[in-house]
Amino acid sequence: MATVDRPLTGAERAAALNVLARKQRSLAGDAFERLRKNRAAMLGLFIILVAGIAAAFAPLVAPFDPLTTFDEAGRANPSLREPLWGNPKYVDARHPFGTDQIGRDILSRLIWGARVSMVVGFVPVAMVFMIGVSIGMLAGYRGGRTDQLLMRLTDIIYAFPDLLFVIIIMATLRNHWLGEILGGLVLLFGAIAIVNWVGMARLVRGQVLSLKEKEYVEAARTIGATDLRIMANHLLPNSLSPVIVAVAFAIPGAILTEAALGFLGIGIKPPTATWGSMMNEGYQVFSTTPWPVMLPAICVSVLMLSFTFVGDGLRDALDPRMKGTQ
Amino acid sequence: MTSYAIQRVLLLIPTLFFVALITFVLARAAPGSPFDKNQDRPLPPAAIERLNNVYGLNKPMYEQFVIFLGNAVRFEFGSSFVRDRSVSDIIKSQFPVSAQLGVQALLLALTIALPLGVVSALRHNTAVDYGSLLFATIGTTIPSFVLGIFAIYIFAVNLHWLPVFGWGTWDKMVLPTVILSLGPMAFLTRITRASMLEAIRQDYVRTARAKGLAERTVIVGHAMKNAMIPVATVLGPFTAFLITGSFLIETVFSVPGIGREFVRSIGSRDYPLIMGVFLLFAFIIAVANLTVDLVYGMLDPRIKVGK
Repeated sequence: MATVDRPLTGAERAAALNVLARKQRSLAGDAFERLRKNRAAMLGLFIILVAGIAAAFAPLVAPFDPLTTFDEAGRANPSLREPLWGNPKYVDARHPFGTDQIGRDILSRLIWGARVSMVVGFVPVAMVFMIGVSIGMLAGYRGGRTDQLLMRLTDIIYAFPDLLFVIIIMATLRNHWLGEILGGLVLLFGAIAIVNWVGMARLVRGQVLSLKEKEYVEAARTIGATDLRIMANHLLPNSLSPVIVAVAFAIPGAILTEAALGFLGIGIKPPTATWGSMMNEGYQVFSTTPWPVMLPAICVSVLMLSFTFVGDGLRDALDPRMKGTQ
Repeated sequence: MTSYAIQRVLLLIPTLFFVALITFVLARAAPGSPFDKNQDRPLPPAAIERLNNVYGLNKPMYEQFVIFLGNAVRFEFGSSFVRDRSVSDIIKSQFPVSAQLGVQALLLALTIALPLGVVSALRHNTAVDYGSLLFATIGTTIPSFVLGIFAIYIFAVNLHWLPVFGWGTWDKMVLPTVILSLGPMAFLTRITRASMLEAIRQDYVRTARAKGLAERTVIVGHAMKNAMIPVATVLGPFTAFLITGSFLIETVFSVPGIGREFVRSIGSRDYPLIMGVFLLFAFIIAVANLTVDLVYGMLDPRIKVGK
């Protein structure tokens, strides 16, 4: 607080006393308060929660099994049904969003697809977080050979766009036994994690490099704290803000990767319902009816925007000085 | 500076070497041999033996890798498994289409993003500013191929304004070019705006105003000139974006470029083509990044190159 070299006015004094009387809040509490006031971020969070709940309880929420085909003889097109707002001749009220070309209920597939998106969003990013933070911390704190190796690795991996690297891994190893585990889900996790951990490690390394010269770290060292303790209790909590923001943007990145791979036909194996594979299949009947491709496309867009709003909100909340400059 | 440049150019060699190594290992790890396509009528072992001899597939791995490396340097990736053409032939005939698409999209992005970013910085916190921020958020968030699907639905299916698929005439080029440019355009707008916001608050801009220069000269000659430096640096990663973005866009709009060929080769497990295109992409991206790093050092003398 700036020092004032004149007597305080009544209002100023009251304001100053108010600050003192205010309930003490932690830094995290302050950040949360700022986030709560950000309407776009709250809307995003709400949508993510709804999608997350639908995904978690997919078997209960979805009206039908996502893989069952509904064929009926006597229909002009036995499988494909328009959604409720489509051409009334082909609408079937039991399937509000219609069915795809082999007669699977689109609403149910979207709900089950949300499940895949959420898993693909969170699991690889959790892996990236753990690997990236520990290696970045070590490289930044110890320096030396770990650091050299990390920097060289980053140079190589940064030479590619992420998506291209994931595609080449998926394309070549999809039919390998590695690609068969859980319908390709494990390979997809691995591919996303391999491509992304380096960026996270580099971010943490940069943070640690600047933090480790701070007085409180020196103080901790002086009183005999072990390296592990310094890293876990001092460096980690203080370097967490940018890491949280990076994680918030990595999740939609992973979801997008699945969608793009699914659209190209090299994602998780059919017949699993994922938004990406639904776009791939729906795209083939685009000229007949646009909804099998449009609905998953809309879902992907809405979820992406929600995560971006939350990510932007988190960045503004954790580092208010950055607000409005990005 | 010169030694830094030489160092950076030399660093290309290990990078590309590792790229080639990764590609080679992945291709060899992929299951199935090129000669076991027809499951019903498998080739006799003697024939496979001979084919393996011809293609050098029975040599030790390291020797195969050296041969692969030697061929890659000479831009030789062998024949496509599926098409009766050599990979370099396919690349030569289809790459120009992708290059044209990419360059058109980049030019379009620059033409719109730079003025938009500058204007929204000058009109900070007005409707124009919020509008362009909203555009920037949507453009950087929603993936290009999803925007492509929306665009086909609106402009081709509903309004019948433009043809959906193909390439060659201007009306077929409009949608793919515009959609491919949206991502970079949004990102460039964001960066230009941020960079310009910072520039107009600098002392040298105040000095320029104080000595009575016309507002136009201050903005264009002083603020913009400096604000463009960070913008120039992202053009390298954009080359990457335009190339990788293009295979999704080429698939969505059936543009006969190298990107769609790449996607097709993935579908048909045409490994020589996959590897050839991948190495080409990696090379272009590495060179683009290098160029930008070097240009950056020249544009902004404050940047200490060589760390």
